Amino acid sequence: METGYDTSPRRVGLFVTCLVDLFRPTVGFAAARLLEEAGCEVYVPVSQTCCGQPAYNSGDRADTAEIAKQVIEAFEEFDYIVAPSGSCAGMLKKHYPELFEGDPKWSARVEAFSAKVHELVSFLTDIRGVERVNAKLDAVVTYHDSCSGLRELGVKDQPRKLLASVEGVTIKEMKDPNVCCGFGGTFAVKYTEVSNAIVSAKTSDIKSSGAELLLAGDMGCLMNMAGKLRREKSSVEVRHIAEVLAGMTSAPPIGGKGDR
Amino acid sequence: MEITSPSFKKNVHKALRDEQLQQAMRHVRSNFIQKRAAAADALPEFEALRDNARDIKNHVLENLDLYLERFESKVTENGGHVHWAATASDARGMVLDICRRVNAKSVTKGKSMISEEMELNGFLEKYGITPVETDLGEYIIQLRGEHPSHIIAPSVHVTMNQVRDDFRKAHTHLPKDRPMDEPESLLKEARAILRQKFMEADVGITGANFLIAETGTSIIVTNEGNGDLTQSLPRVHIVLASLEKVVPTLEDMSQIMRVLARSATGQEMSVYTTLSTGPRRASDPDGPDEYHVILLDNGRSNMLGTEFQDMLRCIRCGACLNHCPVYHAIGGHAYGWVYPGPMGSVLSPALAGIEKTANLPNASTFCGRCEEVCPMRIPLPKMLRHWREKEFEKHLTPPAQRRNLKLWAWFAKRPGLYRTGSRVAMRMLSLMGGSKKRLRKLPFAGAWTEDRDLPAPEGGSFVSQWNAGRRT
Repeated sequence: METGYDTSPRRVGLFVTCLVDLFRPTVGFAAARLLEEAGCEVYVPVSQTCCGQPAYNSGDRADTAEIAKQVIEAFEEFDYIVAPSGSCAGMLKKHYPELFEGDPKWSARVEAFSAKVHELVSFLTDIRGVERVNAKLDAVVTYHDSCSGLRELGVKDQPRKLLASVEGVTIKEMKDPNVCCGFGGTFAVKYTEVSNAIVSAKTSDIKSSGAELLLAGDMGCLMNMAGKLRREKSSVEVRHIAEVLAGMTSAPPIGGKGDR
Repeated sequence: MEITSPSFKKNVHKALRDEQLQQAMRHVRSNFIQKRAAAADALPEFEALRDNARDIKNHVLENLDLYLERFESKVTENGGHVHWAATASDARGMVLDICRRVNAKSVTKGKSMISEEMELNGFLEKYGITPVETDLGEYIIQLRGEHPSHIIAPSVHVTMNQVRDDFRKAHTHLPKDRPMDEPESLLKEARAILRQKFMEADVGITGANFLIAETGTSIIVTNEGNGDLTQSLPRVHIVLASLEKVVPTLEDMSQIMRVLARSATGQEMSVYTTLSTGPRRASDPDGPDEYHVILLDNGRSNMLGTEFQDMLRCIRCGACLNHCPVYHAIGGHAYGWVYPGPMGSVLSPALAGIEKTANLPNASTFCGRCEEVCPMRIPLPKMLRHWREKEFEKHLTPPAQRRNLKLWAWFAKRPGLYRTGSRVAMRMLSLMGGSKKRLRKLPFAGAWTEDRDLPAPEGGSFVSQWNAGRRT
């Protein structure tokens, strides 16, 4: 391949993530469409549940390892495993190998699996060489960098690049888009007051950006920020970036419409 | 100091309602971050220097006994004394013994987090010895009867108005109508008072940023010069240092120095870098008659060879605090023990026990910004997670939380049941969300809906719909 991109037809296992599966199927359909447009054949194993982060981040390694094995078994047959989430993709790619360090039976197997895992948007740009998308949306948007995608997987320019190719979209950066929104999985309910203070600072930056639509690549962060924006009666609406890139914005935004 | 980490949530509640604190913390959020970024960007080799600094400290930790013994023999050769303290209480006793032997009434102190760990000030006072903090920030919080809320900027939680009030209350011998509007006038006032204390002190106590094995030198980096006066004017100089401060050579020290100030304050170097190698020699114009180094373990050697060993690379720059969204929100005191922020949430459980500090490693979003800026490349989130594992193993996790987690995991490991169970729950939530597509209150997840709505599920699971043939 001269370009360095893999443009061959490939079988991709879509790890849709538990939050997308249960709360926002639209993101799953959008991800599948983007993958198909990039020349991939999309598979959705029915045995997928969750990547195991709730257990992993609560110190329960045994349950995490069992869940990880289940994910690996369901997905290792594909050429690639793609998730519309930096956090879950980071879990599969960076943390699964740590779980099985020194395990002679699993370590090679998990390494092979993890090497094939990607976050959706960076997969499109960095692996498939996607330069632009065929989508249209008249909106001023701002993009929040979710922590795991940004710091574990280096997802930063890729979403902005594809967003810029959406007809009608104007990007207005918020102050400190790389600062955490305060979600942190179970953190948001275990330390709700701290989480609230952090997300309040975030929504303040979002509202000051002048954007009418907030985008990000992780449902957890999006539900947190959408929940806060709605509580604050803000007019800013919230969607997963895949919905915009796939041109699938007919469903109501996450958490419903903004206040006008 | 009394450990209040078990009541972390109560501390947080108070901190979030403390207007003065919140005002002070806004300054941290903007200032430190920009300065560090500018300093790092200005140095093309900054990332390589971080690797190098990490490697130097890793080498030390693998050979710690060797370098500590080397350090001790060099200090002794130079006419100084090394004291090995297994616990904070041992170290306090050693300081007291020295002070009593020289009939010390007054002790000046440079900034030292180890002395906080030892709870030294209260201890000395109990024995009639007056400790005087000479770092401006430390002096301010000593007047206020507080502890540092930041490891390099101890009074970062205090506003200038508060300092003015504190000075008025403490410095009653000065005219009431003196001008105190400018920061400079406050600085001048503190300087004049401290000058007198420097002259009176019998013993000077400093911390150490580095100990050099090849020369037996202790080093402090400061911005105020107070450390120099603390250690060179009194008859006796006592250095308080924890074991892992040792590095092999002066060259190693200067390598790590290149990332220290840049990460801390964005300076290329701190204003003063002061090297102390033993007591005053016959040809020296000044310096102390006695030079003591108290090496404190206090649980650190137990970290060697464990998943927490990397934490001992820490050089106390404070970058992880400065970049932490949790620290920004609540300040340092809410953490409830000596070391706040991400580094503290890893170190405190090791030194004070996970039983009392379990809140700390849990109160993190794992955003990873601390690791991103740590000059020593300490994998802080990973170690926070390790502490959660210890907590889970020891069954210290709150029982309800553990039950919920186990129940969830039970379902997550059984995809068929998971699908059925979640379908029912999601349909309910979706109906409850109504046309607004969000829930304002949830009977079983009140913590979430206390401060924000819960976006309602769209309805139907993606996996089921996809496998039923639906594509949009």
